[in-house]
Amino acid sequence: MPAGTLYRGREGMWSWVAHRVTGVLIFFFLFVHVLDTALVRVSPQDYDKVVATYKNPVVNLLEYGLVAAILFHALNGLRVIAVDFWSKGPKYQRQMLWSVVGIWIVLMAGAFYPVLQHSLRILFGS
Amino acid sequence: MSADTPVDAVELTSTSGASAFSPDNPAPVIEPPRARTKRTPRATRTNFELYGWLFMRLSGIVLVVLVLGHLLIQLVLDGGVSKIGFAFVAGRWANPFWQLWDLTMLWLAMLHGANGLRTVINDYAERDATRSWLKALLYTATAFTVLLGTLVIFTFDPNIQ
Repeated sequence: MPAGTLYRGREGMWSWVAHRVTGVLIFFFLFVHVLDTALVRVSPQDYDKVVATYKNPVVNLLEYGLVAAILFHALNGLRVIAVDFWSKGPKYQRQMLWSVVGIWIVLMAGAFYPVLQHSLRILFGS
Repeated sequence: MSADTPVDAVELTSTSGASAFSPDNPAPVIEPPRARTKRTPRATRTNFELYGWLFMRLSGIVLVVLVLGHLLIQLVLDGGVSKIGFAFVAGRWANPFWQLWDLTMLWLAMLHGANGLRTVINDYAERDATRSWLKALLYTATAFTVLLGTLVIFTFDPNIQ
């Protein structure tokens, strides 16, 4: 096992693992996203051609996954800040994680139709 | 006992003990384990990691607003991903407010992500050479992406064709 990565299990460790995994995934997407947006400096046709990829139903589903990763990273990041700066943060870190999971589920349910409506229309008609 | 061992040498070590040490016969100096010697690496007396830690938290708070707002506009409101295209981008970047929004988001997100990946590389890449190469690649990709994105925002031309 690599040095310095030992943790104690349970909510504390798994939220840390999920924060890392989502963070790395988001960073790789960001890199690609800046490159595809840079095509607006090439031509409107080239940009729209690449954006068409984002409108493919499979890629649209990946966008829902991106929203999932970003929402978890954002909510858990606020929890990390609370653990670090709020005097009772470490005491309530577990309750805060389950609050994060709860809010995440509600927001993901709410984002389901708006994010995927493009594909739902293609697949099932308007 | 071998024949060439002096008899008084055996006497000193076996029967005298600590009481044998005196100003004339001082105990051997034991170097404290953490003492700085000529071979100790020079201390890096900066608070870089502290500022990195603080930056992650401050930029994180700002990014929650910027990125979730960006997702809301691009992927949730007004038909989701359907509406996105050159004309949509041109419409948004016609307003300096959204240019500044995207520029701030680009810089903060890239630096936040780069510092996060730096931590991940430091944790998992154990060989010195591997770690150096991965970080060199990371810093190159980050600088390239930030500069390219900045250039695109500042030089965007809605009438490119």
